[in-house]
Amino acid sequence: MNLEELRGKLSYQGILLGGVALLTSAALAFASRATEADIKAAEAADLKQSLSQVLPGEYENDLLKDTVTLPGKEGEVLVYRARRAGKVEAVVYRVTGHGYAGKIVCVMGVSSAGKVLGVRVLSHKETPGLGDKIEPAKADWIHSFEGKYLGDPPLEKWAVKKDGGIFDQFAGATITPRGVVNAVKGGLEFFDASKAQLLDEAGGVK
Amino acid sequence: MNEKYAAITRDGLWNNNVVFAQMLALCPTLAVTSSATNGVGMGLATTAVLVLSNVIISSVRELVSPEVRIPVYIVLIATLVTLVDMSLNAWAHELYKVLGLFIALIVVNCAILGRAESFASKNGMADSALDGLMMGLGFTASLVLIGGVREIFGSGTLFSNAHLLLGPAFAFLETTVVPEYKGFLLMILPPGGFMVVGLLLAAKRVLDQRRAARVALVAQEA
Repeated sequence: MNLEELRGKLSYQGILLGGVALLTSAALAFASRATEADIKAAEAADLKQSLSQVLPGEYENDLLKDTVTLPGKEGEVLVYRARRAGKVEAVVYRVTGHGYAGKIVCVMGVSSAGKVLGVRVLSHKETPGLGDKIEPAKADWIHSFEGKYLGDPPLEKWAVKKDGGIFDQFAGATITPRGVVNAVKGGLEFFDASKAQLLDEAGGVK
Repeated sequence: MNEKYAAITRDGLWNNNVVFAQMLALCPTLAVTSSATNGVGMGLATTAVLVLSNVIISSVRELVSPEVRIPVYIVLIATLVTLVDMSLNAWAHELYKVLGLFIALIVVNCAILGRAESFASKNGMADSALDGLMMGLGFTASLVLIGGVREIFGSGTLFSNAHLLLGPAFAFLETTVVPEYKGFLLMILPPGGFMVVGLLLAAKRVLDQRRAARVALVAQEA
């Protein structure tokens, strides 16, 4: 029987489909195992890099291993802690704001005194050209939080200028910066509320 | 033989261009061409997958029954894209951070299945590889053109952020066409993509018609 006749047979077609499915899944399973460790390492390096952007200076511990999980307003918050001489000097965690087109996920670093060390936007869907000025590559706006804390400016001034606060909005986009300001303010309120657990030296060390 | 290769090349780059003649892959085209640099990224990633998929499908074309060819091709292409996605993520992570978004979009790129169906399933491996390469380059050129037009009118720049995609050596590509440009948002948003694709399509038709008219004229005189 030649190949031409064989190809017309239903049983051959069934075996062919099954064979292709088997071979491709085997290839995917093999590749998944071969790449798993490298992908994890690369993602950990990415995370470390985004953490170090909001944490100026050197810290002695491995941030990814020194974490605590605490209840926040919108579910649990995973907090990374940076230490010097065994003391927690700063904490880093994610906060989420609500922008014009969905969630704006930010990471913020806060010193043990409650001051903002830095904020970076990890992901957003805001309008390109208007709302994307929250990215440090496009504008300096995101740096305006550095050194601020609840009290400077006072609580009611933690808003964009249009709402009577001190933070700039962008021409044509108010909702985006409002979302980020609210997220950072919420992050600082979370810090104040959970300060004791956050700075507790024993907890979370692995 | 050389004539055949020349025909494949002309087909891929102009006559049967993925975007402007076959009108395939319009979804990723409209989605990523907000800048010329994005066009380069999407185009190159697609070219790589297209060459590989054409080679694989042409090498198994004798074994595949025509009745079940479509599911076989789809499974092969999806596997290939996933393999490329995983290996880039693991071993070329910096590149992956830039191209990752585009690679996921390649799965829904019907140009790949289109070439498997209309070329690789009927031709040898070398021809299919060349077809994949030329179709891919034609696609890349179209994306860069659309992205370039949208970027110039939309944000007044050309090839902005090229160093992130191609390395610092290509930073010279980044030009500001219109200094202090306030931006024209419509061109960056999807409607601008439709407009630019439509206008470029019309331009290609005009060029093709003029050329056909010239050829007809020469034939008449002779």
